Amino acid sequence: MSDTIVKAEQVDKYFGRQRVLCGVSLEVEKKEVVCIIGPSGSGKTTFLRCINHLERIDGGRIEVNGHLIGYRPGKNGGLVEDSERNIALQRTEIGFVFQRFNLWPHKTALQNIIEAPMRVRKVPEQEAVAQGEALLARVGLADKRNAYPGKLSGGQQQRVAIARALAMKPALMLFDEPTSALDPEMIGEVLEVMKELASDGMTMVVVSHEMGFAREAADRMVMMDDGVVVEEAPPAEFFLAPREERTRQFLSKIL
Amino acid sequence: MYAVVAAVDWHLIKDRIFSPDHAFAQALLRTVLIAVLAQVFGVLLGLASALFQMSRWRVLRVISYVYVLAVRGTPLIVQIFFMYYGANLFLGFDLFPRTVNLGLLSIDGVVVAGTVALAVNEGAYMSEIIRAGIGAIDRGQMEAAKSVGMTYGLAMRRIVLPQAARVIVPPLGNEFNGMIKNTSLLAFIGVYELFLDAEQGYSVTFKPVEYFIAVAFWYLVLTTVWGLIQVQIERKLGASDRPEDESWALRLFGIPSPAKGAR
Repeated sequence: MSDTIVKAEQVDKYFGRQRVLCGVSLEVEKKEVVCIIGPSGSGKTTFLRCINHLERIDGGRIEVNGHLIGYRPGKNGGLVEDSERNIALQRTEIGFVFQRFNLWPHKTALQNIIEAPMRVRKVPEQEAVAQGEALLARVGLADKRNAYPGKLSGGQQQRVAIARALAMKPALMLFDEPTSALDPEMIGEVLEVMKELASDGMTMVVVSHEMGFAREAADRMVMMDDGVVVEEAPPAEFFLAPREERTRQFLSKIL
Repeated sequence: MYAVVAAVDWHLIKDRIFSPDHAFAQALLRTVLIAVLAQVFGVLLGLASALFQMSRWRVLRVISYVYVLAVRGTPLIVQIFFMYYGANLFLGFDLFPRTVNLGLLSIDGVVVAGTVALAVNEGAYMSEIIRAGIGAIDRGQMEAAKSVGMTYGLAMRRIVLPQAARVIVPPLGNEFNGMIKNTSLLAFIGVYELFLDAEQGYSVTFKPVEYFIAVAFWYLVLTTVWGLIQVQIERKLGASDRPEDESWALRLFGIPSPAKGAR
């Protein structure tokens, strides 16, 4: 197997008649951290959601870890949507962290983490719990094991959500604006966890406007606008000498 | 006025309430069994109908829509009469034979027909309640479940329905309360339940006041017991986000507590 984890080719996506992705291509190597930025409505979140098939795509193809995501070859040479079971199986390799955490409120922090390993992977409870506790410790929340999400701060909830995604031992982690719903004083703790994850060698695609995180942890920056990739570059180059006018304009607004 | 009150046989009422006869005990048991069975099957029908309504297949959505429309748009008593007198003729075979044999147990066909009629009726109302309950759960909950590799069915069972249950249980409690009382309509097709027992007593004695007050009392007992059970169920379901216990009286009589709006 090659070391390419994500391979997206010419991805098209429409919402009704509106074209939100126009031939987006992106490759992410193993252990690479890619940060996608762009104005709202640029399609960056939609693209991220396509990578684990939370959104269907209308053209192109996306492979993760060598598996075509969401589709299989049909009889007439085109692609047809894959079975629900296969799609679910593919998603076990892809962790997703949502802007609004989406923790399950009727389950404790630990239960949130062990649910999928036990129900999807059929990991025995003892093993799942041990692993879940280790993950909680890793995100600095060992003492919140039995707390329900409603009792946790936003930052704590997001860290549990990261642990929940990691519990499936994914090959790839996707982050959809993980700090946008947080109060400013809680952003740091979440970014800290993400930086550690990056330095541990996790392959990550992050949609975020946290430029501090991008400078420090990202290997590559991707600028999207109007459903296309405008520019790709390593952070140093991207921030100091952006080639494209649109990138320059956008950076001047957010920095 | 005094004369009217004096004419009431308080002794008889007391007897009907505190020393019920065997026929009455049977009728009471039958009422409870029919109500519980009809409600259970009604919830299952409602769940199926609600899932049909959210299906991506049009046929299933249409079936559910027509079912809810037909049931909610016609009187329950008509449905009961249709089920008992009409269903066998309509279908051309005996859906409800005179007696139904289930091994050791044999049940009157009329009881089965009546229970089915109540269940089918209930299913349509539960369908709407369950659909609204599921609809009240944030889409992100299902997405999060899918993102860790759960299938739709597993995510529904483990993540969405347990949360929807909290929204569904209070109206479901009201539905069951109504169900207990609606079983009385089965008297009109000849199911020997509480109301028919009272009616027969009245027709022999011509003492409507005594018999109907006594039977009303028993319905009140049933609905009150249910109210207490419902409180316990709701408390259990709400355990994760109710910091302080509310008094059972508050929950039973539905007086809103200010703390509840916070979530």
